[in-house]
Amino acid sequence: MLRPDLEIIRTWIPDGTRVLDLGCGNGALLANLRDSKNVHGYGLEIDQDNIAACFENGVNVIEQDIDEGLGNIQDKRFDYVLMTQALQAVHRPDLVLSEMLRVGHEAIVTFPNFGHWRVRGYLFFKGRMPVSPTLPHQWFNSPNIHLCTVRDFEAHCHEQGYRILQSMVVDRHHEAGVMTRFLPNLFGEIALFRVAR
Amino acid sequence: MPDIIPADSVGLVTPTTLHFDQPLELECGRRLDAYELVYETYGSLNAARSNAVLICHALSGHHHAAGYHSMDDKRPGWWDNAIGPGKAIDTNRFFVVSLNNIGGCHGSTGPSSINPANGQPWGPDFPMVTVRDWVNSQTRLADALGIQQWAAVIGGSLGGMQALQWSIDYPDRLRHAVVIASAPKLSAQNIAFNEVARQSILTDPNFHGGRYYLHDTYPRQGLILARMVGHITYLSDDAMRAKFGRDLRAGKFHFGFDVEFQVESYLRHQGETFSRNFDANTYLLMTKALDYYDPSRDFDNDLEAALRQTKCRFLVMSFTSDWRFSPQRSEEVVNALVRIARDVSYAEIDTDKGHDAFLVDIPEYLKLFSAYMRRVSIEVQDASS
Repeated sequence: MLRPDLEIIRTWIPDGTRVLDLGCGNGALLANLRDSKNVHGYGLEIDQDNIAACFENGVNVIEQDIDEGLGNIQDKRFDYVLMTQALQAVHRPDLVLSEMLRVGHEAIVTFPNFGHWRVRGYLFFKGRMPVSPTLPHQWFNSPNIHLCTVRDFEAHCHEQGYRILQSMVVDRHHEAGVMTRFLPNLFGEIALFRVAR
Repeated sequence: MPDIIPADSVGLVTPTTLHFDQPLELECGRRLDAYELVYETYGSLNAARSNAVLICHALSGHHHAAGYHSMDDKRPGWWDNAIGPGKAIDTNRFFVVSLNNIGGCHGSTGPSSINPANGQPWGPDFPMVTVRDWVNSQTRLADALGIQQWAAVIGGSLGGMQALQWSIDYPDRLRHAVVIASAPKLSAQNIAFNEVARQSILTDPNFHGGRYYLHDTYPRQGLILARMVGHITYLSDDAMRAKFGRDLRAGKFHFGFDVEFQVESYLRHQGETFSRNFDANTYLLMTKALDYYDPSRDFDNDLEAALRQTKCRFLVMSFTSDWRFSPQRSEEVVNALVRIARDVSYAEIDTDKGHDAFLVDIPEYLKLFSAYMRRVSIEVQDASS
């Protein structure tokens, strides 16, 4: 069983395409795309437990730190470049996004929405940095150093001239409802975007 | 000298020598009319003959990769920490073949063998052999053993070059190439180190133009120097600092040129041990094979074009402190393979062990190696069932 957000991404990717997954974890998505959609892909990963898991899943994985760039990959090498739940953890999300759209025709990113009402309420009422099931870390040990809201991301795409081809916000159970559709920046906990230059 | 053979050892092993009569045409234009290859095997070949793994040795390696030849052996084979029951190259799952390459000095035909033309050791008359020649000779061994396709061809350093060459020259005859601490060709700096090693042998008065066998001597000092300089490049600055620092053997300066620092003692010991066990002409040949290796040369110096022949999946591994075959050199192979959409995985192991790391018991390295090989074994089981 694929994690629900990965299952949504899976449905966004057509058969027989070339995919690069930045921070591919144990390679579950790439393995699924290979088996169910004949996708040829590579994952980049720095955690060696995850790399070992990719090996066992028979997934191509390259040990490479995304923060050091994708300079070794030529322009438009991939159809889709994915990054799930990692955009907020890189040093320069803007540069990473730009690199994703250089090496790929389209980029698919997912991130925790810092505009969710519970996050806003936590900061407003408690006056402390929000901690929640989707953002479980404390301010001092969080890997999430560049959190943004759905609206921030949309604004950034607009400023950079990226086209948003598809988007979705879901709750923490990865379900979309009336509220997340109506007020995504308030009710979405996880945002998924497909963008192109 | 194992009192008892460890449970994760392949145990006592006996080498086999095979004689080949079919002439081997060599890249240098000459040919070997007949030759012998000595090899060892560990584990058993399955009915489908799909679980065979070939181990390619590096500069100073040989066929004895795992286990013991006798209960008197001080140490097991050179890659015993990676080959055995339950180890990365699991002999419960794989049939492992490890040979001594042509030109070697451990039983396969080489410069110290007798030249049938004159009944004397070949010496300097032994033809120059290349990585491609070795791979060709290894296909003959595969044929003799009834192995049409290797589950994996595996090697470190110069051995990794052989695995890479297999993937290019015989794309249908291997499923996986495992290329560890290697490079698609040597750098000028690397060739320079090899040249220093060769000059130290060639200028030793006991070298006698390579015919030292006839003078009942050998270029001991040259071999010692060659190994000393080689050994420095196999270790990292950090590892040397950690192992020796500036420690003195006697605790104080003697103001002379005898051994004073521990690192001097270590290098001399390494050199002397090596000089007793290795043939100088073989050393010269092996270093030339390293220098010549460059599969892109036949393809307009385009590595991608060379690799376009390949069909197997690749595992490439490098070590952070390896400056003789640095991670960047491994990444050249990885990047080229990604550009041409070949299946490749890459891991860079964090260690201070330098180039020697591929032979060292580094848990992280062996864990990744094991994980990859487990997948390989599942694939070949599926393929044969």
